[in-house]
Amino acid sequence: MGVIGDAWTWLTTGANWSGDGGAAHRLGEHLYVSGVSLAVAGAIALPIALYLGHKGKGGALAVNLSNVGRAVPVFAVLALFMVTSLRNSGYWPTIIALVLFAVPPLLTNAYVGMREVDRAVVEAARGMGMSGGQLFVRVELPLAYPMIMTGLRSAAVQVVATASIAAMVGLGGLGRIITAGFNTYDTAQVFAGAVLVAGLALVVEGVLVGLDRLLSPLRRRRPA
Amino acid sequence: MAEQSCLVTNDWICGEYLRSRSQELADATVQHIGITVVSVLIGFAVAFPLALLARRGPRFAAPVLGLTTVLYTVPSLAMFSLLLPLFGLSAALVVTGLVLYSLTILVRNILAGLDAVPQEAKEAARGMGYGPGRLLWEVELPLALPAVMAGLRIATVSTVALTTVGSLVGKGGLGNLIEDALPSFFKAQVLTAAVLCVVLAVVADLLLLGLQRLLTPWTRISGAVEAAPAKTDAGPPAPATVKAG
Repeated sequence: MGVIGDAWTWLTTGANWSGDGGAAHRLGEHLYVSGVSLAVAGAIALPIALYLGHKGKGGALAVNLSNVGRAVPVFAVLALFMVTSLRNSGYWPTIIALVLFAVPPLLTNAYVGMREVDRAVVEAARGMGMSGGQLFVRVELPLAYPMIMTGLRSAAVQVVATASIAAMVGLGGLGRIITAGFNTYDTAQVFAGAVLVAGLALVVEGVLVGLDRLLSPLRRRRPA
Repeated sequence: MAEQSCLVTNDWICGEYLRSRSQELADATVQHIGITVVSVLIGFAVAFPLALLARRGPRFAAPVLGLTTVLYTVPSLAMFSLLLPLFGLSAALVVTGLVLYSLTILVRNILAGLDAVPQEAKEAARGMGYGPGRLLWEVELPLALPAVMAGLRIATVSTVALTTVGSLVGKGGLGNLIEDALPSFFKAQVLTAAVLCVVLAVVADLLLLGLQRLLTPWTRISGAVEAAPAKTDAGPPAPATVKAG
């Protein structure tokens, strides 16, 4: 009870939210690097995945990329950036790391989604005289949509999580509240920071689930 | 001309570092392996009954799958910090966090494996007088083994990577070496520890693949099954998530 009460006090103290190291600024940093990284990763991964999926090529790449992404520790990659001259370039080390870890889930899920489109449906569309482009826009994309959104969701959660690890190597973001708490043996602050980071991840997941339902081209969800 | 030590010039690759700190590297690797193995074993021991529970129907499946999914969404830094008041700065904190993460993958894969057992196989076993326990152990589990092992491999590889974050509380195996090297920008130590992490993950993955082959000799008999190893390697395609943060 003690820690939770103290953490609540920390969260409701205005002074902890203001200033350069305050929670509001850290949240802003977190959202900024996460948003930029997700946009860049999407711009790189989705065109490649959709093209490869449409053409039916590069399956090994899509699967292996995901496995590699799992095996490489985020913390190690951020640390590698921080012992090079990249450490002096503001948010770049974080953004590059976030993009690297957001690409695999985006690419793999979008690719699998495209490949899982029923071949019979594709053949039927071709038989109706659809061109490659029409097939892609009107058949494959709507049918692959659930998996593309699954990839987007797991990439977004991944990005928010990775952005918090950035604090462990001294970069900005909400994780700094946690690491600062560790440095001053302030368990209440550590707990408060953790609640903020976990809350943010859950909110992002929730918003994307809602967005998914709202935008679904089929309106009826496939059973998970 | 005297050669300058690679420790002084702060080279990425440094033989002298490997020689002089071999004990430190070995200790960190042992801690890393220990934390990973304990976490995955406990995770499996918890996930198995949870999967059996979830199989009893949607009344149980919904809360089990919902809870493990929520846990999986919590970033590792936050997870370890939320456990701090309960465990203090201990290896138990890191192991608990890693167990909670592994549950999602393991429960889903065990469930998927059991669900995919052909109905005819179960009917045949029941017809031969198999009770539910014997049916599970002698028919369903062996047939579910490839999916279960795929889950175990994914969980193990992610756990190896996630263990590094344990350096937050000083129990991160090779992650501790990375953290220690940061203030002095010690390149050789960061690179060596990072490479060792990836090597550990790959070795663990191959060992589990070998174990899977040993446990499922029948899959090697027919050529048809052997022709599609890529699919089983990837696990079920639906949750292609990457837990690294």
